[in-house]
Amino acid sequence: MSAPNKSYDPVEVEALKPEEIERMRDEALAAFAAADSLDALQEAKVSHTGGTSPLALANREIGALPPHAKAAAGKLVGQARGAVNKGLAARQTELEAERDARVLVEEAVDVTLPYDRVPVGARHPLTTLSERIEDIFVAMGYEVAEGPQVEAEWFNFDALNIGPDHPARGEADTFFVQGPQGGTESGVVLRTHTSPVQIRSLLERELPVYVICPGRVYRTDELDATHTPVFHQVELLAVDEGLTMADLKGTLDHMVQSLFGEGMKTRLRPNFFPFTEPSAEMDMLCYVCKGTSVGNPDRPCRTCSSEGWIELGGCGMVNPKVLTACGVDPEKYSGFAFGFGIERMLMFRHNVEDMRDMVEGDVRFTRPFGMEI
Amino acid sequence: MRVPLSWLREYVDLPATETGRDIQAKLISAGLEVETVEQLGDGLKGPLVVGRVLTIEELEGFKKPIRFCTVDVGTANGSGEPQEIVCGARNFAVGDKVVVVLPGAELPGGFAIAARKTYGRTSHGMICSSDELGMGDDGTKGIIVLPPETEVGKDAIELLELVDEVLDIAVTANRGDCLSIRGVARETAIAYGLPLRDPALLDVPGPNAFGHPVQVSDPLGCDRFTARTVTGLDPETRSPIWLKRRLQKVGMRPISLAVDITNYVMMEVGQPLHAYDRSLVQGTIGVRRAGEGEKIVTLDGVTRTLHAEDLVITDDRGPIGLAGLMGGADTEIADHDDVENASTDVVIEAAHFDQVAIARTARRHKLSSEASRRFERGVDPMAAAAAAQRTVDLLVLLAGGTAEAGVTEVIAPSAPHTISVPANHPDKVAGVDYGRETVVRRLQEVGCDVYGQDELIVTVPSWRPDLTDPNDLAEEVIRLEGYENLPSTLPRPPAGRGLTQRQRLHRRVGRVLAGAGYVEAPNYPFIAEQVFDQFGLDADDPARRVVRLTNPLNDEEPALRTSLLPGLLGALRRNDGRGGHDLALFETGLVFHPREEQRVAVALPVDRRPTDEEIATLNAALPEQPRCVAVVLAGAREQAGWWGKGRPADWADTIEAARAVAREAGAELAVRQGQYGPWHPGRCAELVVVADGAERVVGHAGELHPRVIKALGLPARTAAMELDLDALERVGDGVPQAPRISSFPVATQDVALVVDEFVPHAEVEAALREGAGELLEGIRLFDVYENAEQLGDGRKSLAYALRFRAADRTLTVDEASAARDAALALAGERTGAVLRS
Repeated sequence: MSAPNKSYDPVEVEALKPEEIERMRDEALAAFAAADSLDALQEAKVSHTGGTSPLALANREIGALPPHAKAAAGKLVGQARGAVNKGLAARQTELEAERDARVLVEEAVDVTLPYDRVPVGARHPLTTLSERIEDIFVAMGYEVAEGPQVEAEWFNFDALNIGPDHPARGEADTFFVQGPQGGTESGVVLRTHTSPVQIRSLLERELPVYVICPGRVYRTDELDATHTPVFHQVELLAVDEGLTMADLKGTLDHMVQSLFGEGMKTRLRPNFFPFTEPSAEMDMLCYVCKGTSVGNPDRPCRTCSSEGWIELGGCGMVNPKVLTACGVDPEKYSGFAFGFGIERMLMFRHNVEDMRDMVEGDVRFTRPFGMEI
Repeated sequence: MRVPLSWLREYVDLPATETGRDIQAKLISAGLEVETVEQLGDGLKGPLVVGRVLTIEELEGFKKPIRFCTVDVGTANGSGEPQEIVCGARNFAVGDKVVVVLPGAELPGGFAIAARKTYGRTSHGMICSSDELGMGDDGTKGIIVLPPETEVGKDAIELLELVDEVLDIAVTANRGDCLSIRGVARETAIAYGLPLRDPALLDVPGPNAFGHPVQVSDPLGCDRFTARTVTGLDPETRSPIWLKRRLQKVGMRPISLAVDITNYVMMEVGQPLHAYDRSLVQGTIGVRRAGEGEKIVTLDGVTRTLHAEDLVITDDRGPIGLAGLMGGADTEIADHDDVENASTDVVIEAAHFDQVAIARTARRHKLSSEASRRFERGVDPMAAAAAAQRTVDLLVLLAGGTAEAGVTEVIAPSAPHTISVPANHPDKVAGVDYGRETVVRRLQEVGCDVYGQDELIVTVPSWRPDLTDPNDLAEEVIRLEGYENLPSTLPRPPAGRGLTQRQRLHRRVGRVLAGAGYVEAPNYPFIAEQVFDQFGLDADDPARRVVRLTNPLNDEEPALRTSLLPGLLGALRRNDGRGGHDLALFETGLVFHPREEQRVAVALPVDRRPTDEEIATLNAALPEQPRCVAVVLAGAREQAGWWGKGRPADWADTIEAARAVAREAGAELAVRQGQYGPWHPGRCAELVVVADGAERVVGHAGELHPRVIKALGLPARTAAMELDLDALERVGDGVPQAPRISSFPVATQDVALVVDEFVPHAEVEAALREGAGELLEGIRLFDVYENAEQLGDGRKSLAYALRFRAADRTLTVDEASAARDAALALAGERTGAVLRS
């Protein structure tokens, strides 16, 4: 800007005409309104508010006016410039908003695109079902006990009242481990059930003992649709003063309710196991038909073959001979135990049709089970 | 045990309306596992009648012999005319009595009979075989030829008892008594509250001195031996239809009359019996333990070398039978087919042998018979004499024999077993208030004699040797009162401590790997030892020391794994073969390492707690069984997609997996260049922890050796990691400590260092860290660069971002630079690193 004109020449200076100023203002506002982009607005801004714009020039002329006219002219031009700046700012905001909206539209994506860059992993349902069962009992105060899978026969059989000549020992389909120097006698087997962990728990823990023993067990069955030589069991053992079969029943009922919902219950049928006396076979109410398919050929149940009950496993009161072998006084303490196969439960709980699907490690089988079941 | 209802009803007057299903339900609830109820003759519809073959015309010109017969069926066909039937079987002759099914009848399986043209004639019905009638094996594999006295025209459905129900019971190891109709009938009677007609309640003559001489030298092995003699058996007499039918229904094959009778009586009363041809027995029958190495040829034609513990039956020559297991070939009663030599005089043995002795001999000779199954599970010793009598009676009745008056009985004296039990013991076991009266009544129903008030003295019946302890008696009471009536109560365990650290780590490792895209694939632990050769393990590699099975399922895989990789790589290959090529699998599980010094695990006593030393000795005989974790990868780790290119799985993924596992364990894991077994020698990391001040290699990770990949048929560039999870857990620091967070500004310095290409990053970083001192907050390698022109041959540039920060002040530029320079100096000294110009 040039310096204010202080040595004005009143003769040469024409007074600023209000209509001229208004015209300049209106032209500026019209130019802003006409600008259809921020770039165009920038140009209009330069033309109408820049140093050589008509209003800037008019402003400069104020200095040359006679003192009495300065105030009025100043006010006139100032108001006009204020209106122009306001108009510019408004248009600027407007155009920026338009631009932003446009950019966001341009940045829109197809959110339905897949993103399977790293395929999902999963834990095996035998693992997660076992953990689910463990958690039910851990919540009740039980602890999870584990033990070796290659086990001494004493733990797997003798201490469980299955002596060397007990018929059940021959029926156990046992894998035997070679002895030293390849001999056949080792006294060591692949455990045929998780019951040796019960023995170890009674030997190692303080009474009372409330444990849940999950794990792999082995029997010499060929793999087919319903058998596998390597399978999983969960066993429970409670040894305390005054435990009864009613406690066993209640504990089983609680478990099936936790796993299969309210209204579920179990049924005990007499059976024989050397390590429990009395012994029972345990069934649970069919969680699908709740027993309504029995004698109702119109509504057959695939899950329980319309039996109304599903066979779960074995249970009973710990044989006092087992307690004795573990140094627990059977006069003072009693206990109950049960055990069942995880594979079987997985089959009927999740509609697995072929045992082989559980052992072959096919990722298509395992993935849908995710992290927990 | 198969139990025909028609036979069962002989001893219990069950209501006529009770079906097999009804009885099944009752017996199951009483504790007998009735697995199925077989409906015999289901779908069978007459007319099915007895006929007599009148004529046989052999038809010529067919591929197999065909007969056109006429058969007299009396008036059963309505006309009384001979029935014309075409038949393909040949085991009958003119005059034989046969079973004829007439048009309009239906055989089991929905097989409707009608007159039809066949082989150029019209056949009006069929001459039946036992198979066609669903009767089971009769040993002939042909047409049923009935005894000649059978009446023509008689209804054969009734005659052959074709319609029946058979309970199939899985008898538990303790209930030897229920391996007989007598035992099941007793349970049925108790369950229905009906009286039992005991087939073993017979009048038996007392022993005398005229019987066949018997000498028992081992009264512990044989506490009872009854011998009876029947002479003058008619060698041509066959077993009557009813006898054969009952044997077939219980699943036995009729053989000859004398054998059929001994089998029948065994099924009826549960006492195994043996019939010797008296003409072949020389002198006294003895019972003793075998001499080591003595030999016998058993009925099955096998020559067996005996063990000194085996109980044998002998005559003057030596062993003539394996006691309680199988007779010898020398004294076998000859078959009817050989009428000339058929036995006419037999000696019947009804003995009681020791359960354990029989079980051991059966196991030793891998021989199991109907007799041994019963002896192993317990036979009623008091039934021996009755069973012998019943056999004698049937031989006299059916085979025209004469019972000799001599009765031999050798009995070792024994007292009945009694149990002392508090009257409220069943109540305490069940958690139910039954009361003394109920307890006593139930025990009496089972056959016990009960005396006493609060403390009961219970004498158990001879047929229940399984009742030995108070809990056995409690079970009898509770099962008869009904397991279904037990209440449901919950005990109150003391507060538990939750999962152990090891258990929580195991779960966490599974979650973190699954979260990183790995799928869990648990595998069998059975391996073939050739895999170690394929893995390229050294001859003395510890992993080659394996635990072996004596009876593996598959002879090719007799060993237990010492590594998870063989199994897991098998699962990878299986998935790949099924068309899934982008794979990331993991497994956690036990591996098995034999101890340095292998011992036999001895049997400890069971009548007391073993001592801690005894338990330790037992545990020392077991292999070490640490839990490991392994991952394997192949194909793409990251898929290509609309976002851009994919990334193949490689060695780095396996090391990342190892680091992730170690992080979960809270263990400091050092990764070093290594070379081991199945891994690519240039792409193998040794995973190391420091335990008790010493470095320990706890696993390996990296890409597999191309040779291993080829040998195992794996996808190219398959990578794998395996870690000893238990070792990690032991070195993990349990409780993480909170770091101090400084709010003063960070000073960052980037440095690019040039080192020899074989200098590992880890060493450079360690030197930088140590040299930088405690002002260093973090360090990160952000670039690796190799360019011979710029850096020189065999050189590489490692670029690091260093972050410095002080806890109590803003660092000056000089302070940060001094720390950086110290870092560079140490890196230079340790690794030869120079700042890239």
